[in-house]
Amino acid sequence: MVKPLEYLTYRGGPGHWSWILHRLAGVGVFLFLLIHIVDIALIGWGPKVFNKLLFLYRAPAFRTGEVLLVGAVLYHAINGIRICIIDFWPETMALHRKLTYAVGIIFVALFIPTAIYMLSFVVK
Amino acid sequence: MQVTLRIKRFNPEKDKEPWWGEYKFAAEPTDRLLDALNYVKWYLDGSLTYRRSCAHGICGSDAMQINGSNRLACKVLLMNLGQKITIEPLRGYRVIKDLLVDMDAFLAKYRSVRPYLVTHTPDPEKERLQSPADREKFDDTTKCILCGACTSGCPSFWADGEYVGPAAIVNAHRFLFDSRDEGGEDRMQVLNTLDGVWRCRTIFNCVEACPREINVTRAIGEVKKALLYRKI
Repeated sequence: MVKPLEYLTYRGGPGHWSWILHRLAGVGVFLFLLIHIVDIALIGWGPKVFNKLLFLYRAPAFRTGEVLLVGAVLYHAINGIRICIIDFWPETMALHRKLTYAVGIIFVALFIPTAIYMLSFVVK
Repeated sequence: MQVTLRIKRFNPEKDKEPWWGEYKFAAEPTDRLLDALNYVKWYLDGSLTYRRSCAHGICGSDAMQINGSNRLACKVLLMNLGQKITIEPLRGYRVIKDLLVDMDAFLAKYRSVRPYLVTHTPDPEKERLQSPADREKFDDTTKCILCGACTSGCPSFWADGEYVGPAAIVNAHRFLFDSRDEGGEDRMQVLNTLDGVWRCRTIFNCVEACPREINVTRAIGEVKKALLYRKI
């Protein structure tokens, strides 16, 4: 069968890369949700235990990770809308390359200022 | 021009692992890749194995992975590939030898969608008529030559060999949208499943790979939509 790394060596079109990014972003968000469920559940042990964990969220590495998380959610959402559009209106598939590039442009336009804003708090 | 063909070789009777064979020779820039493969086989290494038949992009025999993308060797010119060309067998199929892959499972899936006109009503006196507008609905999907480039370029197929695959869906589309056909219900048993059209993730590798320029993903999308709104 095809090995995981071979998914990266096939030279498909922009749709191939957009699918890989969509998967990675989806898995990333899912993994964060698992951590998030655990930390929220800790409130059951009272405010002391819960507050103890907050140091983790204030750590620079975690806050940088949060920027990536926002990027993953943003990309997954915008690309998801593109997939919904082409699924419900197959005639738009004639424009599939342009739609994929449009997702990239919208993502960059929204993510770059957001990332700069979020990282400014990490630097402070 | 000087070209170097880097070909993934594998003979299950002799080799434990696939290996890369390199063949350097002079060729015309306007030669097709198939001409270059023939040169290797006829003058440099007669043991090289690959499929070819018509050599004019009609039979669909010589689909292979060329510089990372699925193409027909008879439809690409050397001048468009560069001097170093990497050739591998189609992905996702069992390699019989070198570039020759086992297409049995692929063709079994093709047959599973009943790719022929199915009718239940009595035959008319003369013929089953169809308007040009109705004929237009499936024009694109009549062009498939069953080369397997689309299915082999599909990551959904790489992950799940049971997926019926783009080629079979294209051929199902050709009859599902034929106003004379009455076999939609039978085909739905194959297509309206997890390993049917719903395995497609609209990645468009099939569209990029198709040597006949069929908008494969659109055909799959039309089948999905027809299923969703129960139009079949």
